[in-house]
Amino acid sequence: MSDASGDERVKELSAFRKALIRPELGGMVGTVAVFTFFLLFAFDSGMFNAQGVLNWSVVSAQFMIIAVGACLLMISGEFDLSVGSMIGFAGMMIAIFGVTLGWPMWMAILVTFVICVAFGALNGYIVVRTGLPSFIVTLATLFILRGFTIFIPQTVERKTIIGGIREAAEGDWLAVLFGGKILTGFFQWMGDAGIIAVFERGSRAGQPVVDGIPMLIIWALVLIVFAHILLTRTRFGNWIFAAGGDADAARNSGVPVNQVKILMFMFTAFCATVFATCQVMEFGSAGADRGLLKEFEAIIAVVIGGALLTGGYGSVIGAALGALIFGVVQQGLFFAGVESSLFRVFLGVILLFAVILNTYIRRIITGER
Amino acid sequence: MTDPIIRMQNIEKHFGSVIALAGVSVDVFGGECHCLLGDNGAGKSTFIKTMSGVHKPTSGEIIFEGKPLDFADPRDAIAAGIATVHQHLAMIPLMSVSRNFFMGNEPIKKVAGIPFFDHDYANRVTMEEMRKMGINLRGPDQAVGTLSGGERQTVAIARAVHFGAKVLILDEPTSALGVRQTSNVLATIDKVRKQGIAVVFITHNVRHAMAVGDRFTVLNRGKTLGTAERGEITPEELQDLMAGGQELATLEGSLGGTV
Ligand SMILES: Nc1ncnc2c1ncn2[C@@H]1O[C@H](COP(=O)(O)OP(=O)(O)OP(=O)(O)O)[C@@H](O)[C@H]1O
Ligand SMILES: [Mg+2]
Repeated sequence: MSDASGDERVKELSAFRKALIRPELGGMVGTVAVFTFFLLFAFDSGMFNAQGVLNWSVVSAQFMIIAVGACLLMISGEFDLSVGSMIGFAGMMIAIFGVTLGWPMWMAILVTFVICVAFGALNGYIVVRTGLPSFIVTLATLFILRGFTIFIPQTVERKTIIGGIREAAEGDWLAVLFGGKILTGFFQWMGDAGIIAVFERGSRAGQPVVDGIPMLIIWALVLIVFAHILLTRTRFGNWIFAAGGDADAARNSGVPVNQVKILMFMFTAFCATVFATCQVMEFGSAGADRGLLKEFEAIIAVVIGGALLTGGYGSVIGAALGALIFGVVQQGLFFAGVESSLFRVFLGVILLFAVILNTYIRRIITGER
Repeated sequence: MTDPIIRMQNIEKHFGSVIALAGVSVDVFGGECHCLLGDNGAGKSTFIKTMSGVHKPTSGEIIFEGKPLDFADPRDAIAAGIATVHQHLAMIPLMSVSRNFFMGNEPIKKVAGIPFFDHDYANRVTMEEMRKMGINLRGPDQAVGTLSGGERQTVAIARAVHFGAKVLILDEPTSALGVRQTSNVLATIDKVRKQGIAVVFITHNVRHAMAVGDRFTVLNRGKTLGTAERGEITPEELQDLMAGGQELATLEGSLGGTV
């Protein structure tokens, strides 16, 4: 111990136990295990060439975007079960505004963000005002939003899928931020240099198969970095921990707990809308069933990442690793030709493991036996 | 004589049909330790919570530094310079000692214009303040959950002393403490008082009250019989007032004067 006046009764924590106290530990071990597994057993499947890497990176990035929001919200002591419905709803709103009503795409996107974040604020407001568990409040929002997502397009368009978004977004400055790609020049160069595969025939002959990094991945990275710094390095981050650790104690110490929680609900809604916007730009259409079960996938990623369901403890990096594990395993099993239903079995097992491990870790931190 | 920092006038507090406070008036002066005594459920905690912005009084007036005061929440009270150590501690077990110490008062360091939590400063001050109170931490990142009840209490007190600009409220700070930590707390109260800060000290222990108190107010079932100054009252009288006289006299007989 560096501190000379240390208490002689304090036993040095073993390095192992010290490492265990880091919330990201489970995520790190899991990531290494998953990559080792697929490198050994699925290396030849095409999972690790440029196209394969892009494939699971995009899927992981999708999980990461919603996991980041769910992570901060869970640390602040709340859940949001309406994330999946919010994704469907946000996509549908963009389609209605941008295609049916013919608004410029940037306006459709901005208005959708405002509406969805307002719904997040409403979730949070109801939770802090009534003191009801967020589980119940957002379960209600889950049904309300999903209902609107089916009802609105049926009423105005007589169908539940609205296409034509890509055409409507052509040349739009804001849509590019969600549907575009970056480093396309670099990928063309790598294709020309023979480092990555290029199309051999057809209208795109000579162009690389992977022609850039989708903005979706950039959004995921930016959100992770932002949320990680916010949580660990700022005053507001301390308030997030405090609000979830013990709301009354935090309040008595002058932490504006209600504002913190409402803001976290808004942030979760923001993340869901980012997800939805990227998705409709990629698919070119909005469907009423988009985002189904996404709220649970986000929560699972966060729990695998070491956060406690009871709040007050967790890590954004852990949640991001949880999302990565999620994406790699889902796509890896696909590449390896394993029956996709087994993915759910895997998910259930790993979730159980993560929760048990987290409970054990909490005992170590709080010193209870 | 100087004016009181806080005048609590006819404070009433009702929780539904429960009348926790039925008109209590107390003046608290700078540089003095005001002891609040009384039985369990007498309303002591409720009373100081109206001072620290946790509860809004049902009726009555609080005059802080000559102005009527209307705190919406504890944040306002802390900002005005009233620091409180609550009986049920405002500590979060999963968070580190230094994060707890600065909770709600996080030190800020600007890097490129962005305000960051100054962890170095927070860790250093936490270690220093805890050492002053006679507790050696393993490290500032130790979780509060691993501290003993008394150690937690000490963190809470050290925090309140560190931030308590004008008024320091301690709700039964010594009830869980060992001999050395108790005398540390009493010494701290004395030191803080000499800096001109007003201390409100709640305790069940007449000896602790007598050791540092300048004024004594006994609460009984939401009412007070008034305030006695140091020298006007003996420990025995105080003891009697707290327990409602008679019963204690009978008790004393059977316990042989040990209470
Ligand atoms: N939030 C509340 N809701 C309802 N009743 C309350 C509330 N807080 C306190 N009371 C009631 O008010 C009365 C006074 O409680 P208080 O906590 O102020 O007592 P106390 O003097 O601090 O006692 P102790 O010495 O045990 O700490 C009690 O009868 C209690 O049941
Ligand atoms: Mg009390």
